[in-house]
Amino acid sequence: MSALQALDRENRCIEIVNTTLERAHSLCEKLQIGLAKHELAQVREYFQKLRREPTEIEIQTIAQTWSEHCFHKIFKSRIKIGKQKTINGIFRTFIARATEEIAADWVVSAFSDNAGIIKFDSSHWLAAKVETHNHPSAVEPFGGAATGVGGVIRDILGVWARPIANTDVLGFGPPDFPQHQLPPWTKHPTYLMKGVVAGIGNYGNNMGIPTVNGSVYFHDSYVGYALVFCGCIGLLQPRNYSARARPGDLLVVAGARTGRDGLRGVNFASTPLSKETDSLRSAVQIPDPIVEERLMRAILAVAERNLASAITDVGGGGLSSAVCETARRYSCGAEVDLDRIPLREESIIEPWEIWLSESQERMVLVVPKAKVSEAISTFQHEEIDAKVFGKLTESGEIVFNFDGDEIGRLSIDFLFSPPLPTLEVRSRSHSSITTRRKDSKLFATNDGLEADFLCLLASPNISSRESIVRTFDHEVGGRTVLKPFQYPNSGPNDAAVLKPVLSSYKGLAISCGLNPALGEIDPYAMAASSIDEAIRNNVCVGGRRIALLDNFAWGDPLKGENLLDLVEAAQACYDVAKGFSTPFISGKDSMYNVTPLGEITPTLVITAIGIVPNIRKCLSADFKTYGDSIYLVGRTRSELAGSEYARMKHKQQQQQQLWVGEVPRLDVKFAKSLYNTMNKLTDQGFVKACHDISQGGLAVALAEMCFANCLGVDITLPVLRDESNDRILEPFELLFSESNSRFLIEVSAGEESKFESMMGKLPFVKLGSIAGKKIVIRNSLGETIIGLDTVDCYNAWRKELMTVSAS
Amino acid sequence: MQRTKIKVLIIRAGGTNRDFDVYACLKGLGVSARIKRINDTELRSDLLSYHALIFPGGFAYGDYVRAGAILGKKVMSTLWDEILKFRKERRPILGICNGFQVLVEASLLPGTLGKNGVPEAALASNSSGRFECRWVTLKKKQASKCIFTKQLKEIARFPVAHGEGRFIMSDARALEKLEENGQIALVYSAPDGTPANGRYPLNPNGSSLDIAGICDPSGTIFGLMPHPENAFFGYQLPDWSFNRKFPLYGDGYGIFESMIEYIETEVLR
Repeated sequence: MSALQALDRENRCIEIVNTTLERAHSLCEKLQIGLAKHELAQVREYFQKLRREPTEIEIQTIAQTWSEHCFHKIFKSRIKIGKQKTINGIFRTFIARATEEIAADWVVSAFSDNAGIIKFDSSHWLAAKVETHNHPSAVEPFGGAATGVGGVIRDILGVWARPIANTDVLGFGPPDFPQHQLPPWTKHPTYLMKGVVAGIGNYGNNMGIPTVNGSVYFHDSYVGYALVFCGCIGLLQPRNYSARARPGDLLVVAGARTGRDGLRGVNFASTPLSKETDSLRSAVQIPDPIVEERLMRAILAVAERNLASAITDVGGGGLSSAVCETARRYSCGAEVDLDRIPLREESIIEPWEIWLSESQERMVLVVPKAKVSEAISTFQHEEIDAKVFGKLTESGEIVFNFDGDEIGRLSIDFLFSPPLPTLEVRSRSHSSITTRRKDSKLFATNDGLEADFLCLLASPNISSRESIVRTFDHEVGGRTVLKPFQYPNSGPNDAAVLKPVLSSYKGLAISCGLNPALGEIDPYAMAASSIDEAIRNNVCVGGRRIALLDNFAWGDPLKGENLLDLVEAAQACYDVAKGFSTPFISGKDSMYNVTPLGEITPTLVITAIGIVPNIRKCLSADFKTYGDSIYLVGRTRSELAGSEYARMKHKQQQQQQLWVGEVPRLDVKFAKSLYNTMNKLTDQGFVKACHDISQGGLAVALAEMCFANCLGVDITLPVLRDESNDRILEPFELLFSESNSRFLIEVSAGEESKFESMMGKLPFVKLGSIAGKKIVIRNSLGETIIGLDTVDCYNAWRKELMTVSAS
Repeated sequence: MQRTKIKVLIIRAGGTNRDFDVYACLKGLGVSARIKRINDTELRSDLLSYHALIFPGGFAYGDYVRAGAILGKKVMSTLWDEILKFRKERRPILGICNGFQVLVEASLLPGTLGKNGVPEAALASNSSGRFECRWVTLKKKQASKCIFTKQLKEIARFPVAHGEGRFIMSDARALEKLEENGQIALVYSAPDGTPANGRYPLNPNGSSLDIAGICDPSGTIFGLMPHPENAFFGYQLPDWSFNRKFPLYGDGYGIFESMIEYIETEVLR
């Protein structure tokens, strides 16, 4: 029996009840309906009770709602680890619980809206959201990345906020990956990078939203794949925030017309990529930022006039997800007339395709009857289509109509109760941990440190991001106070600072953190380090009262130890967020990031949003004045596992093991008290620069601080003891270890004693001072171990990731 | 004369996105500013009630066809008589970035040949082949008739943010004519004011003669690629953190202040 025969054309029914489960399942597979067998069994049961077969639109709606992408089953399911331990949902147990227990009174909305919302000042709130758009970007990098940006901007509009900044964290395979090692259907990292960068620039620049923060990370496990984390920050006035939809209110679709693009994108995004990847291009949506720009203006005008009772983005899952989730949120039912949706082309498009299409630049608004004509004319003023296509009801059901005929009806309760079987995994065996943390003999020596240092500066994960970031407009809007690069020579800054309200000098700091190299070694340390990095980047510029956003990108969660890794990373999220009192306000997980070459390393991207009480006090990372003192703040240990230095050494020596030594640990209690002190210090005039120590360790951080003004330094490495093993650290460890919670700071000459007394018992050591035009690093005996012109270091670091094409 | 009586119109189309940035500057200077859409029905009849006109930055109509082309033609087809009257009465017109591209496409700049309706120059793709967002140094041309640069410092710093900003003309003679007429108002330079001579990134787009901004032969119509509106407030400066304090205004102030002083003395005389 062919799929088409089974699909009863007259009644648009799909025969799953009156057949065996096996057959029903293979029929669904043929029709590309992404339901697992146990899920299909529950659907059969539901329709058996109704004594009928489901219609096409019904089963498609169920498949969409139950997709991993929309329902986040992995994060919601009970997980049984071994015989003893049961986790009642990763999200509830770790992420949401941290936020609940911290109970910050400045969190307005966490996890319930399109975006997280926090208070800014007495008359403004901030909204923040970070989305993943990995699957589409891996297939069609320009469109995938651009629609990722477009989608997250609409999430911000979905809480009635004006988008004021974008962030983008990108991940690719190494740019020098040999072409001949790629399977034929796989795209080269450089091709993917160029497409993704162009897509992000195109959308953000066209919308007039500055891209102010982000990161680009290269990892072997990303070959053939692209990780795209698109974030957006918005500003809103509480009086414009409206979430009070009621039965009887009308459903309005506004924005671009609906076409067949992005069909079943959510199911596509919930499965591993395969050889057939290129045939899935139609699952990637088509971007049009100019429509979204007008849509944005119209929505802000609707917000200003309070014309709607609710709003939501039309993203993954299309209208289906937007309407059903709205109905559920307001405990309503809904009735929709799908023939009223404006279509892009007159070509044949099935009702279910209209319902599931992920065409971009669309929003669904809920508008009280009395205000609907004013709302629609507000859209028309911006030349945006807006049309009533249904209403909220009291029924608790979603009813589908087309040309006056009812073509389906589903219970909202049923729709949002997919089966969530308990996931069972064996606890980690001792042997697996030891293989993972294999400690090979120390390969490093203190010879050739100068060459190692230059090589690190030029390595893809450390070198200048200018050739990418300068293609993103970071000035539009006029709010960017601290920019991605520091003038004049474009040294890096740790976080962007924005001044969102024209009449106030209060600012916000946006930063991020990630440490994917640690993911495959120790997921707990990876997550903890990522959070610490995001927070300390924020602290560098003067940020405090920090809110976090989490974005997980994982391989197939049901394979190997991936689920255990996920649990450990989530446990770290809870421990660290709770310890710092930094609540999660929004997040997104992306599963099944699998390429023909394997799975990606467990990756957690953390975005941190902090408050800067007075932008006049915020700090850039550049060394400023000759004669000033340079201090190292925090505890340095021999923690080279997963470090850029270790990875470089392995590559040079062509070793198989990817790590050596210890992973960076995090003492949250210590870090919290250090960061509080840092906040007090940066408010003092005598701290003039502050930079976080992360990839490449102290040596790289030091060089980066020299670049903006092309200054030199003369420092002497201190004699430091690694408390954990009571061993004196070697110079290469001091230079390149990536221990967490550390900073390099510049203190005004003559103010050292003031600084030291404010530090109290916290660990700090004076390294030397700003001097000359060379980077001079001496060992504790005073012998020069690195002595290079700043300019030479700078030129090594500026090796372009994306080459200029002409002149 | 009260500044609030000075009325400035900012014209936008779908894709224009720096209109608020310009609006904030004008508000900061105490004049009344309005943002209107090119398709607003009353725009044509109202146009001459304003003292100055600004086409801000962005991607009007997506910059499809060519940057600024569609809005440029739209200006010619819907507002042309009013615009010509505006010009004749020597009321200032400013185009920034995409607005500059619009003025060129609408043949208002450089306007050397005086032929209405035919663009005489182009803002071509950057020679780097990519969008560039960076701070540049600009040198004011003393010989320029431009009324927008009177209060501007000799050496000023603004950010650029564009993919198509390489000013080109059909031949060297046309460029010479521009220079002779005093139409070159701003050029890209090194931080000390010495000529950029086409060196990237001092000249960020490969513009002929390092041209960053030009005016029409009368000096009242001005277009420039860099963004004075994003260098208007002191906190927008790229190196204020080096000095650990920022001035009230940045160099972009000079452009808008010049325009307003011109309106006060010449338009409202």
